[in-house]
Amino acid sequence: MFSAETLEKFDREVAKYPVEQKQSAVMACLAHAQEEKGWLPPEAIEAVANYLAMPPMAAYEVASFYNMYDLKPVGKYKITICTNLPCALSGGYHAGEYVQKKLGIGYGETTADGKFTLKEGECMGACGDAPVFIVNNRSMCSHMHPEQIDKLLEECK
Amino acid sequence: MAMLGSINGVLMEGLDGDNTWHLKDYVARGGYQQLKRILDNNISQEEVIGEVKKSVLRGRGGAGFPTGLKWSFMPRSFPGDKYVVCNTDEGEPGTFKDRDIMRYNPHAVIEGMAIAAYAMGATRGYNYVHGEVWMEYKRFEEALDEARAAGFIGQNILGSGFNFELFAHHGYGAYICGEETALLESIEGKKGQPRFKPPFPASFGLYGKPTTINNTETFASIPFILKMGGEEFLNLGKPNNGGTKLFSVSGHVNRPGNYEIPLGTPFATLLEMCGGMRGGRKLKAVIPGGSSAPVMRAEVIMDCTMDYDSISKGGSMLGSGAVIVMDETVCMVKALERLSFFYYEESCGQCTPCREGTAWMYKVVHRIENGQGKPEDIDLLNSVLGNIAGRTICALGDAAAFPVQSFLKQFGSEFEYHIEHKTCLVPKDVQWAGSGFHRVQA
Repeated sequence: MFSAETLEKFDREVAKYPVEQKQSAVMACLAHAQEEKGWLPPEAIEAVANYLAMPPMAAYEVASFYNMYDLKPVGKYKITICTNLPCALSGGYHAGEYVQKKLGIGYGETTADGKFTLKEGECMGACGDAPVFIVNNRSMCSHMHPEQIDKLLEECK
Repeated sequence: MAMLGSINGVLMEGLDGDNTWHLKDYVARGGYQQLKRILDNNISQEEVIGEVKKSVLRGRGGAGFPTGLKWSFMPRSFPGDKYVVCNTDEGEPGTFKDRDIMRYNPHAVIEGMAIAAYAMGATRGYNYVHGEVWMEYKRFEEALDEARAAGFIGQNILGSGFNFELFAHHGYGAYICGEETALLESIEGKKGQPRFKPPFPASFGLYGKPTTINNTETFASIPFILKMGGEEFLNLGKPNNGGTKLFSVSGHVNRPGNYEIPLGTPFATLLEMCGGMRGGRKLKAVIPGGSSAPVMRAEVIMDCTMDYDSISKGGSMLGSGAVIVMDETVCMVKALERLSFFYYEESCGQCTPCREGTAWMYKVVHRIENGQGKPEDIDLLNSVLGNIAGRTICALGDAAAFPVQSFLKQFGSEFEYHIEHKTCLVPKDVQWAGSGFHRVQA
């Protein structure tokens, strides 16, 4: 189900917790699984659960509770835009409108070519750098004004 | 740039952005000397806790609970595993200080946690890092590797016989995990739903073991308190409000960012440090302690100093020190609509008053904003928030109710205007003019 590299990452996470508390690694393992698969199909969640010797339903509960897990396929680049109040005061809404117009999709949608998914996000803890985007849960982009947005979309090949 | 400005800075002093976070730089600044001094001289746990008490360091995550007192609740001689946990799940809208501490001074957090573990007899620790900040999580892991290799954490630290293993745990998008018992559930690999208290974490915490949870900035302050002495740290601030504090300033100022200033500094000084209001517009309102803190009118906060007691006297709370600044172009109904959506989205769903109440509050504010409000809606909102506050397991319910309550109290006439005229008091073409977004057509 998973590559040797991903399994190595799983082991590294499991080692952080007491031997009898393997379940503690479920969040990190699901994140690594998602990174490899692009999203979390039920089989991947079940495989993570089996790896950690926990009930699949308990792993599914975690996957469905935290909002950075994708339980449905997303585009190659998932762009999450913070529109919470502190960001909105410094252009978060406007940046969101700009990207939506540019890609021709709304929040929660994916472009027809499967390249981009847009998500409206909650506070990313970077309000001083607004407008703020996160690409594929990992890469945070600050001060996203039109010029920077154009450049980002250009770089997403 | 590590810090946009400081007055008598302590935590973030002498830092140069991404260039000076490594172990060698921290050691050159005098880092790990306090851990070493404590272990070399066998300084007692009571003495360490006593020094922290003297500093009157109050929890920097939002609640402002005295740290030394919290530490003294731990059953330090209780046999078996005990834990210290750092709360870097920084998701309170407006707050972004812990991210900079993790980026620019991660070893201060590690040393602070190691000292805390020593003082409370803990042998394991976790730092729970906000899911949205990946780079900072990776950097903290790197810093842990450095500290482990140098013998500052791990087994038999500096030959003292003291053991402390420390790891980072990465969240994945849930505001509720900033609540300490939800955070513990999350580390245990479950949904982050708060636990009923008591029992408190000091007696039944992570994996059911005694646990103390502190905020990142709180832990990072510890080495500096022990270095300068509790009394001197206290004197940096004002009585009952010890030390300097990081303030995250967002919104309509010229230079949003983090500022480290002594508690008790006038709000007007902080505003000046931020370069004043963007575009020279007029200050309308400030949320002084993160989105859960009651909103304050400009004229009230302009007379306040930035500390727990003054802000509380002004009718709000200092919280995490997240200062959200709003100018005259902000429609307060629209602002509250966004905050209410946040709490609706982030309620964990465990308690009915919060799960249902946050949805109701958002729905009603949303319809007022969209010109469909009814005259009875203000009473309805007050009734819903009154049925949430104080009736839930954790404080998220209160945190959702306070903004609604305070926006209605301080800016009620704007809500009434919206209901009566089906439109906003602030003309649509002016709204958000202060955002600074370079508007062009896509």
